[in-house]
Amino acid sequence: MDLVCPAGNLPSLKAAVDNGANAVYFGFRDDTNARHFAGLNFGPAKMAEGIRYARQRGVKVFLALNTYPQPNGWSRWQKAVDQAADFGVDAMIAADIGVLDYASNRYPELNLHLSVQGSATNYEALRFYQERFGIRRAVLPRVLSLPQVEHVVNNTPVEIEVFGFGSLCVMVEGRCILSSYATGLSPNTFGACSPASHVEWRETEEGLQTRLGGVLIETYRSGENAGYPTLCKGSFRVAGNTFHAIEEPTSLNTLELLPELQRAGISAIKIEGRQRSPVYVAQVTRVWRAALDACRRDPGNYRPQAEWMAELGKVSEGTQTTLGAYSRPWQ
Amino acid sequence: MSNNPKLSLGPILYYWSRDDLFEFYRQVADSPVDIVYLGETICSKRNLIRTDDWFDLAERLTAAGKEVVLSTLALLEAESELKRLRRICGNQSYLVEANDMGAVQLLRGRPFVAGHSVNIYNERTLRLLAREGLKRWVFPLELSAATLADMQSARPDGVETEVLAYGRLPLAYSARCFTARAHNLPKDDCQYRCLDYPDGLTLSAQDDTRFLSLNGIQTQSAQTCNLIAELDSMRELGVDVVRISPQSRKSDAIIDIFHRCIMGEMELEEGSRRLERLMPVGACNGYWHGEAGMLGAYPRID
Repeated sequence: MDLVCPAGNLPSLKAAVDNGANAVYFGFRDDTNARHFAGLNFGPAKMAEGIRYARQRGVKVFLALNTYPQPNGWSRWQKAVDQAADFGVDAMIAADIGVLDYASNRYPELNLHLSVQGSATNYEALRFYQERFGIRRAVLPRVLSLPQVEHVVNNTPVEIEVFGFGSLCVMVEGRCILSSYATGLSPNTFGACSPASHVEWRETEEGLQTRLGGVLIETYRSGENAGYPTLCKGSFRVAGNTFHAIEEPTSLNTLELLPELQRAGISAIKIEGRQRSPVYVAQVTRVWRAALDACRRDPGNYRPQAEWMAELGKVSEGTQTTLGAYSRPWQ
Repeated sequence: MSNNPKLSLGPILYYWSRDDLFEFYRQVADSPVDIVYLGETICSKRNLIRTDDWFDLAERLTAAGKEVVLSTLALLEAESELKRLRRICGNQSYLVEANDMGAVQLLRGRPFVAGHSVNIYNERTLRLLAREGLKRWVFPLELSAATLADMQSARPDGVETEVLAYGRLPLAYSARCFTARAHNLPKDDCQYRCLDYPDGLTLSAQDDTRFLSLNGIQTQSAQTCNLIAELDSMRELGVDVVRISPQSRKSDAIIDIFHRCIMGEMELEEGSRRLERLMPVGACNGYWHGEAGMLGAYPRID
């Protein structure tokens, strides 16, 4: 299994390469990718430098071009595909059918991966993308259980990549518009969920309140650690109870499932977090490299080491981790 | 002035008792809707109505003069779900609405409808799917009238455009059941709690602002999207079909108001006023105007 690591900027890319990534993924500095955050991503010069750095060390580069262009922005996405082909990236990760169609027609040699934003949760959907656009790999949404992932792998010729670690979406990616409901901007249209431009912090008698698009997402009492107000991770009221009605602020961590993922025939593990620091990328990449190597050497005796889990726990959102949908004992 | 748009009734997104559902469609048979979408699109555990029942209903509504479209599951995870999907997609009598690319794949080469969870955000996507057999598409919920205008000007011949004009907005799908979660129940033992919430379970912010509605694995807006005031612009944009999403009460009145507004028998303002009284929480229309989807329901907070 390959380790695919996030590169939000050049220092992160180098951190991933230096700590054992098999591939890094990055995006251009605009809304053509799903981490369209201020100060993040690559202009052409930095991208060329990053590609050179990775290539010299035998690490592949994947370009994320995984948002959904509308007619008035189409030329920007088309230009981004042209640039990706010019750079000769090892793969372009895309979600939109129009983008995939353009790329596969104009650049038949360009290796295409279906982004998690493409929302493909079953092998019939993968067959669509494979037959039309020749995709080589797909990243599955973080909603399937391990047996379901395995079932997809067994029924598709497409390589399967799954998320192993990082912030957790509980919604099917590419089909969640909660963010634009509150702010007008979504991952699909703008490349960001719960964008910082619409976040507001306010000290009140009840505590520190954080709002998104004016909607109260969370109230922190003094002493509580305040987190980023991602919409689905807020505390809400349902039928008289106040709780994390959709999802707790936790991170996905599948370190303990590695032997099973390997047995299931997964081709690559993806680490989330292009918006995180180079230190995060270095720590997480180092731990996962060690874990993947240990699992490959001796899957039968593989156990996640306590220091790996501690290391990952330190950089997790809400400092808690979960197996997410992979572990659903009832299925 | 172009032709009047047809009126459609979307699939029931909630879990209703068998009696309520059959009674609902008895009324629909006598209503002025032109097109009826039938089927379970949210959760395959909801089994009070079997696939055969949907086919029976389709037959009855067809006999009543309705165009029937069989709608399909939006989130396909299990082989059993694909099996049911294959049966629906393989039917020879009715058009099928694909709500996932898996269904598009199974329907290739035959006429089909693409629901709003199939992301058609640009003309290149629309053209490609038209070559695959797309007969009608439902405009993505989060896009604006300005984008619709661009899409309409490049629309391939023979493809109809449908817009969701009334209903709580489907905003997200998950493997997790939020209705079960709200009752501290695991999904495998959900005890079919959705049956208690025929219009979804309202979720509020901590300041009691009603915000979302939980419908099993689907998250909806608490506010009801209402675009009746935009009927004239839709007509100008060449929208072919206007969709109403069913709610548990007064859907017949809602259909009637839309019908009369489309036929010019009722002023749009009057229609809008009457609809506001029929919504569970209130109205929103922000997406249409290129803003946050929830806007329109209450004054903008800046």
